[in-house]
Amino acid sequence: MTEFEPVIGLEIHVQLSTRTKMFCGCALSFGEPPNTLTCPVCLGLPGTLPRANAQAIHFGLMIGLALGSDLAPRSIFHRKNYFYPDLPKGYQISQYDEPLCRGGQLGEVRIHRVHLEEDAAKLVHAGSSGRIHGSDASVVDFNRGGTPLAEIVTEPDLRSAAQAREWLTLLRTTLRRLGVSDVNMEEGSLRCDANISIRPVGVTELGTKTELKNMNSFRFLERGINAEIARQEALLRCGGQVVQQTLHFDPQTERITSLRSKEEAHDYRYFPEPDLVPVATSEQMLEAARSAMPELPAAREERLQSLGVSAASARQLAWRTELGDYFEAALAADGAEPQPLANWICNELVARVGEDDPNASKVTPDALAKLVALVRQKAVTIGNAKLVLDRLVADGGDPAAIVEAEGLGVMAGGDDALDPIVEAALAANADAAEKIRGGNMKAIGAIIGHVMRETKGRADGAEVTRIVRQKLGL
Amino acid sequence: MIDREQVLHVARLARLELTDEEVGRISAELSDVLGHIEKIGELDLDDVPPTTHVVEVSNALRPDIVEPSLPREVALANAPAVAASGFLVPSPQADAEPS
Amino acid sequence: MSATDVTLLTAAAAVDAIERGELSAGELFEAYRAAAAGDELNAYLWVAQDAPAPVREGAPLAGVPLAVKDLFCTQGVPSQAGSRILEGYRPPYTASVVAELAAAGAPLLGKTNQDEFAMGSSNENSAFGPVLNPWDRTRVPGGSSGGSAAAVAAGSAPWALGTDTGGSIRQPAALCGIVGLKPTYGTVSRYGMIAFASSLDQAGPLTRDVTDAALLLRHMVARDERDSTSIGFPGEIALPASESLEGIRLGVPEELSDEGVGIERGILDAFNATLRLAEQLGATIETCHLPHAPHALSAYYVLAPAEASSNLARYDGVRYGARVEDGGLVGMYTRTRSEGFGREVKRRIMLGTYSLSSGYYDAYYGRAQRVRTKIADDFRAAFESFDFVVTPTSPSVAFELGAKTSDPLAMYLNDYCTVPMSLAGIPAISIPNGLSDGLPTGFQLCGPAFSENRVLEAAYALEQAIGFDELARRARA
Repeated sequence: MTEFEPVIGLEIHVQLSTRTKMFCGCALSFGEPPNTLTCPVCLGLPGTLPRANAQAIHFGLMIGLALGSDLAPRSIFHRKNYFYPDLPKGYQISQYDEPLCRGGQLGEVRIHRVHLEEDAAKLVHAGSSGRIHGSDASVVDFNRGGTPLAEIVTEPDLRSAAQAREWLTLLRTTLRRLGVSDVNMEEGSLRCDANISIRPVGVTELGTKTELKNMNSFRFLERGINAEIARQEALLRCGGQVVQQTLHFDPQTERITSLRSKEEAHDYRYFPEPDLVPVATSEQMLEAARSAMPELPAAREERLQSLGVSAASARQLAWRTELGDYFEAALAADGAEPQPLANWICNELVARVGEDDPNASKVTPDALAKLVALVRQKAVTIGNAKLVLDRLVADGGDPAAIVEAEGLGVMAGGDDALDPIVEAALAANADAAEKIRGGNMKAIGAIIGHVMRETKGRADGAEVTRIVRQKLGL
Repeated sequence: MIDREQVLHVARLARLELTDEEVGRISAELSDVLGHIEKIGELDLDDVPPTTHVVEVSNALRPDIVEPSLPREVALANAPAVAASGFLVPSPQADAEPS
Repeated sequence: MSATDVTLLTAAAAVDAIERGELSAGELFEAYRAAAAGDELNAYLWVAQDAPAPVREGAPLAGVPLAVKDLFCTQGVPSQAGSRILEGYRPPYTASVVAELAAAGAPLLGKTNQDEFAMGSSNENSAFGPVLNPWDRTRVPGGSSGGSAAAVAAGSAPWALGTDTGGSIRQPAALCGIVGLKPTYGTVSRYGMIAFASSLDQAGPLTRDVTDAALLLRHMVARDERDSTSIGFPGEIALPASESLEGIRLGVPEELSDEGVGIERGILDAFNATLRLAEQLGATIETCHLPHAPHALSAYYVLAPAEASSNLARYDGVRYGARVEDGGLVGMYTRTRSEGFGREVKRRIMLGTYSLSSGYYDAYYGRAQRVRTKIADDFRAAFESFDFVVTPTSPSVAFELGAKTSDPLAMYLNDYCTVPMSLAGIPAISIPNGLSDGLPTGFQLCGPAFSENRVLEAAYALEQAIGFDELARRARA
């Protein structure tokens, strides 16, 4: 049977976190009452003219720099003409054949282009209304209309839904790190469409693609793409053909349906927007964008590895910005060592706070650094340190104080108290003692376990081993 | 040169409804005008850049500073139909065909 | 002074009279308000009911009122662009240039009739009926700023604002025997001007004489933050004073001044007579060439309708204007637009939509933009050898109402001599140039971008020599 290979490209719309809209001075909407953030320009009143938001251009350039794109010295806006109630002017101002950024790469995926445009308004279904002959009606809220959007288009370099999801996570982290967007899929500030085709493995020619629209969470993105791949495969296997069309994935039913087009035949009649002048990216604008660039996840990953953090931890810390920030804050504490700290954050702390931001937890980075230091100094055993971390997560506080108050400290090597306990353990586990004497060091586990029970984990395993060896004359 | 089918297609794109009589008249008129216009096809313009703006201006960017929005009642004042604090329109879903 | 006397003053003379204390601004406004209210030419679509608030002390235009073309948005006052689809529309804001002029002391007298969305050369395309030419009421006033031109010519306004996309100030000025100036594209803000073709639309003055044109323009030019394409004017517009054309080189383009291209004999006679006057004033006259000018009209009738088809997409019955329900959404759109727009507007929307549609863009829009480049180049080349290029403004005198309504192409040919300057974005003025068959003709003079001051100087010198003022006064009386 023919094996098929999916070919996936993504088109991502990102709402930019400017203060004002793309072409007018209205503030961006965060759930304000409908139609309270409009003006003559974003309502498309006769005679009004757009004016491009400098900050949106700045953010666009930062995105281009982050993605390694070529930044156009000159880019222009076009009008994309179609009728829809959420489009007040009857056209959307967007970039067409002269976008702000071209090319680039993020991770293993090449970027085709990045361009700027304005968002549509919100159309809310209003049910039946007597005012329009009893037929269905909708209500338009122009608060969102004109919000600046960056559209990022990838090359078709993705080969599975899981890969698409993982890559989109990297993109989201990168954009969040840039501070150019809230990048929240559920709230619509990050929206993703996928162009999907499949082809027999080994074939280089692309199959006919479909466009899957607006999947509003990472989970739905993965499920939607998988469903579409399955649909196309089933079609081809029974001798059918994929038809180029725009599709909608319903996460409730997991069904894929065809979307009716907004404008028949998609004849958008693009032409250069005569009300706007070209954007000429000056050296000054470029310099402003460059100097606003934070360290990006890919670079951070590399830097963390160079500090001695393992590859897996470095990726986790770099791709989850908040983890990385937490790590760096903890690393600033006296004497902290990168790799053990990274381990404690990526394994123990993440196991306890889950997807939440550890910076918002009761465990301060400094407290975690102290705890790791206590472990390194053998002042507390690993097992007890995990108990201390539980207490920190629950109540916060200082790890040394918790160790002290709870009596969780390691019984020091020269501590007379440990000697009789080991003595008692050897006596109680004579078999084991015999085996050890016979050279089977594995048997020491029973002795250590006994000591640990007696000391509530405070004994240092290495110290116990030393005493055992001493007592057995090894 | 521009036939009835093209006229109807263009009218659909422009959201105009033409009577039969108008379709005939407009197709004749547009053919006439386009016939005149097509004389520019005779010019050699291969190396000529297009002019979108006669003025040599670029950027003209706006600082990202919030300006007051209109009170909602002003925004809605000229609307032919209003409901639930918004502009009321027939639902796009109600159209069986995108026409 | 009697009410009639005060309306005989040019605007500049009225400003002087008010400043000297011989005339009160309130008295002047009332005289014009009454004249506008009594207008029989259908030049006005709205006339102010009440006297305006007194202008501030020292305002340079001293309270001399201004008639404004309907398509300028005026807050709370009907701004309908001559269209049924905007009938009764009262915007929540005022166009920048109208606000500037009001601040300079020119309060709003009334809104003038126009061709719907400025599409037309006869004013017969207004949804509110045609404007009549004050020289002969069976004839058109020209268009699209026909109401503004007729109001100024008839004396019911001291001066008026118009807009010019392909000749819409200059051609009606010529047909009504007044002065009309289209400034350099970008010198006057377009914010608040209901758009026809964005890359060509430009506001300008319609006045009784060249001095008034200079005075009004002085307070219109400004860079406006709200219009990205606005650049303002380098320096100040001066009032012209020179009566000589000594050393001035006038180029007469063969392509735009020949009977062979459809210009009436009487128009050419008047034009040539003025060329001889210019020579007497010291100018040299030579033939020049604008080789692509014969293609200007074609390029224009691609570019302007294309932009218009997009600019007029916002009239969809959702946020303002007329709306006709038809069950569904698409039905509402098409009924609203089909019933709201007039015949010529629909024709141009069709033409523009067609030329932008898939498969035709390169052949039409793309080529027209390249022709535009060539036309601008032609003018640049001409201005290397000549100070100004001069032509008749309109190929014909005012024609009978209805004479060309059934032949769009013939109507479009009215713009033959004015469209090239619009495409090049350069300043051009039309001044009264004597009569042909008892009807006014216009003399057009254009210069390089931002040469308004020199254009006004030369036009003033010619105006003094032609001496049309007395004739115009008789027409008004």
